[in-house]
Amino acid sequence: MADLWMQFLLTLDATLRVATPLILCAMAGLFSERSGIIDISLEGKMLMAAFAAGTLAALTGSAIAGLAGAILVSVMFSLIHGFACITHKGNQVISGLAINILASGLTVTLGIAIFAKGGQTPMLSREARFSSIELPFAEAAGAIPVIGPIYKEIISGHNILVWCALIAVWITSFIIFKTAFGLRLRAVGEKPEAVDTAGISVSGLRYRAVIIAGILCGIAGAYLSVAHGAGFGREMTAGKGYIALAALIFGNWRPVPALAACLMFGFLDAVAARLQGVEVPVIGQIPTDLILVLPYVLTVILLAGFIGKATPPHAIGRPYVKER
Amino acid sequence: MHKKTDLDTGGAGKAPPAIYLKNIYKSFGAVQANRDIDLHVNAGTIHGIVGENGAGKSTLVSILYGFYTADRGKTEIFGAPVKLRSTADAIAAGIGMVHQHFMLVPSFSVLENVILGHEGRGSLQTGLEKATSELQNIAEKYGLQVDLHALVKDLPVGLQQRVEILKALYRGARVLILDEPTGVLTPQETQQLFEILRSLRAQGVTILLITHKLKEIMAVTDNVSVMRNGEMVAHLETQKTSPEQLAELMVGRPVLLTIGYDSAQAGDICLQVEHLSMRDDSGKNCLRDVSFTVRRGEIFGIAGVSGNGQSELLEVLAGISVIDAGRVVIGTTEMNADNPATPAEVKELGLAHIPEDRHAVGLILPFTAAETAMLGYEERGATRNGGTFLSPDKITRHCEKLMTDFDIRPADPNLKSSLFSGGNQQKIVVAREISARPNILLVGQPTRGVDIGAIEFIHKQLLALRDAGCAIILVSVELDEILNLSDRIMVMNAGQNMGILAREDADVQKIGLMMAGLENAGEMAASVASEQEGGRHE
Repeated sequence: MADLWMQFLLTLDATLRVATPLILCAMAGLFSERSGIIDISLEGKMLMAAFAAGTLAALTGSAIAGLAGAILVSVMFSLIHGFACITHKGNQVISGLAINILASGLTVTLGIAIFAKGGQTPMLSREARFSSIELPFAEAAGAIPVIGPIYKEIISGHNILVWCALIAVWITSFIIFKTAFGLRLRAVGEKPEAVDTAGISVSGLRYRAVIIAGILCGIAGAYLSVAHGAGFGREMTAGKGYIALAALIFGNWRPVPALAACLMFGFLDAVAARLQGVEVPVIGQIPTDLILVLPYVLTVILLAGFIGKATPPHAIGRPYVKER
Repeated sequence: MHKKTDLDTGGAGKAPPAIYLKNIYKSFGAVQANRDIDLHVNAGTIHGIVGENGAGKSTLVSILYGFYTADRGKTEIFGAPVKLRSTADAIAAGIGMVHQHFMLVPSFSVLENVILGHEGRGSLQTGLEKATSELQNIAEKYGLQVDLHALVKDLPVGLQQRVEILKALYRGARVLILDEPTGVLTPQETQQLFEILRSLRAQGVTILLITHKLKEIMAVTDNVSVMRNGEMVAHLETQKTSPEQLAELMVGRPVLLTIGYDSAQAGDICLQVEHLSMRDDSGKNCLRDVSFTVRRGEIFGIAGVSGNGQSELLEVLAGISVIDAGRVVIGTTEMNADNPATPAEVKELGLAHIPEDRHAVGLILPFTAAETAMLGYEERGATRNGGTFLSPDKITRHCEKLMTDFDIRPADPNLKSSLFSGGNQQKIVVAREISARPNILLVGQPTRGVDIGAIEFIHKQLLALRDAGCAIILVSVELDEILNLSDRIMVMNAGQNMGILAREDADVQKIGLMMAGLENAGEMAASVASEQEGGRHE
């Protein structure tokens, strides 16, 4: 029984680790899409950021430099997206797709050019990564039966970017619902004309939204290569940007429900990892391939089955054109 | 200094004008939207601007609200020269605007909508609290009561407009521009709006009212300016003018405002609608148990505020939408939920349709006039060579004939549909449908965005078609149009038939109350009328 409890706690712990980039990306998407800009380029920005972080951390030996580079690169790509969608009123899905394709090719090409390791960056040393933070008394608390391991396994032992992700949800929620900027941001995604006629720049608001999205995607990318992992591997985002987008939609473009959706997807992923090679009663050993595909299948089912009621921001995907 | 000095008298005398425009020019490419505009609006008055579609009214107010920047010219607000480069400049200068299409976020509360852009310093919460008390003061002062915490999407249109006015006042507007404010209101709501405007004037607010409805100009304004083809053609004192004079100034020639009506010779029943119900895509009941019959040789008018099921009803009759319950009988053919008809099948039964939205449904803008003029009838002999192929020659000749018969200008069948004026585009659609010699004609908003001259022409065509024995179902939000043309009038509210009135029994009061969804509208009308009498004595 205690063993099963432990297994469960470890799964939850893994859930948090897997969900972290999803949460950051979902919040990034939330800012962008609440302002009316569809952001399927979460994936590409995260990939570019992961590469930038891995590269810089390898070259400088500093995780912080990696993070800064990741944010910078991701914001740059956000601005490209913004330039295409806001300034030039381009198709937001196409622009996002272009960024994803560009990121996929560019990371490998640059990776080979710099490190000549088939697109990967070198393994990072301990110092060049964000290390886990053991909270005080974790060992002592772990000895307390049942409740103790919750503190030791789930709460303690995460790197700072995991905490960043959780705090990002709270900050996002605060900004969106409790500040004047948030009010304007929501308004510009619902009815940009109302914002324009109130004497506020629609483009200005939307640019700010995509820049914030860039920052959050940057952190998510850095998490992948210099915190959770120890270096960049080609295509290491593996569709997480899209899953974050799905979680955002699943959460109806609200921070806390989106967080819950991210944790759910993370949990599915963590369970899948643990179920590999495990004998399950009645069914027997589940084939590895089936388990790996499980989160994605469930994602499809959940999205198809439960998402019917989602109401996106009214003006999403529609470039703002002044008309009279 | 100002050439129309007669306008400078009256009002406050020495006080500077609220709005003073001199030599305003604005062009879009080759189109001169505003040419040498002068305008002088006295503080504390209600000033009307009338003109046809495309006369440049909207451009002018857009310049005043900083949406567009004038190419040249001088602007003064309360005597101070201003440069209005953005909406923010206009708001800062004390100009507020109520747009034709409301600029409100539907999912926000009234309060959030009002403070958007003027949240104040500090947290949003303190901003909201401060605004609440200030808004209560404004609401009391001007008689603009609205529940501040209601969501805008839950409010009726009349109240949404009130929110727009409140918003402008909260932002410190001393000049309020209203662009076609009555298009979506019932007659009673229009009266209420005018009461609000009068009370705003009494408190010193200057109002600029943009409209194409001459009755409203006569009812509520102190002075009126008339625009035609991008120019100001006259500045008049409202008391010293008449609707006929204004219409002539707008069009540039004398026009008939109401068309000669002869009573109809109604024949057999040719369309029956029984217990029709339908849900829209969002599951809302957009038609509820609607029943009526239409006879040959009559015009059956359907009145109602836009969005109360009229559009859906037309789409059902035209075979575009499928109903959930009830039936429609055309001649001897029945349509119901199990046996829906396609638009092509309905057309075969002798039904023609002039759709409400000519740009989206009525014509294809990049097509030539000749192609547009045969849309929907391309299967018929008139456009074919033998049988298999379309004949460009016949199509062109068909269009040339329509252009002569319906006075469509320019009479060039090869011109793109998008290059015709609104009135002439509508004439192409009307000509196409009428030339198919229908038994039943569905007409939606036939004169929306159409100039007065074309309105007169289209109305005459409809009456002639009726006299030829066609049954016409006319949907319009212009109550005057319904009253002028219809032999019987059905009023719709929230997808329901609120009652059918014979022409003799129909009046604006009664229909207005029915439009607002009040039952027993007849009695109510009487009491409201007496109330207004009382109000006038105060």
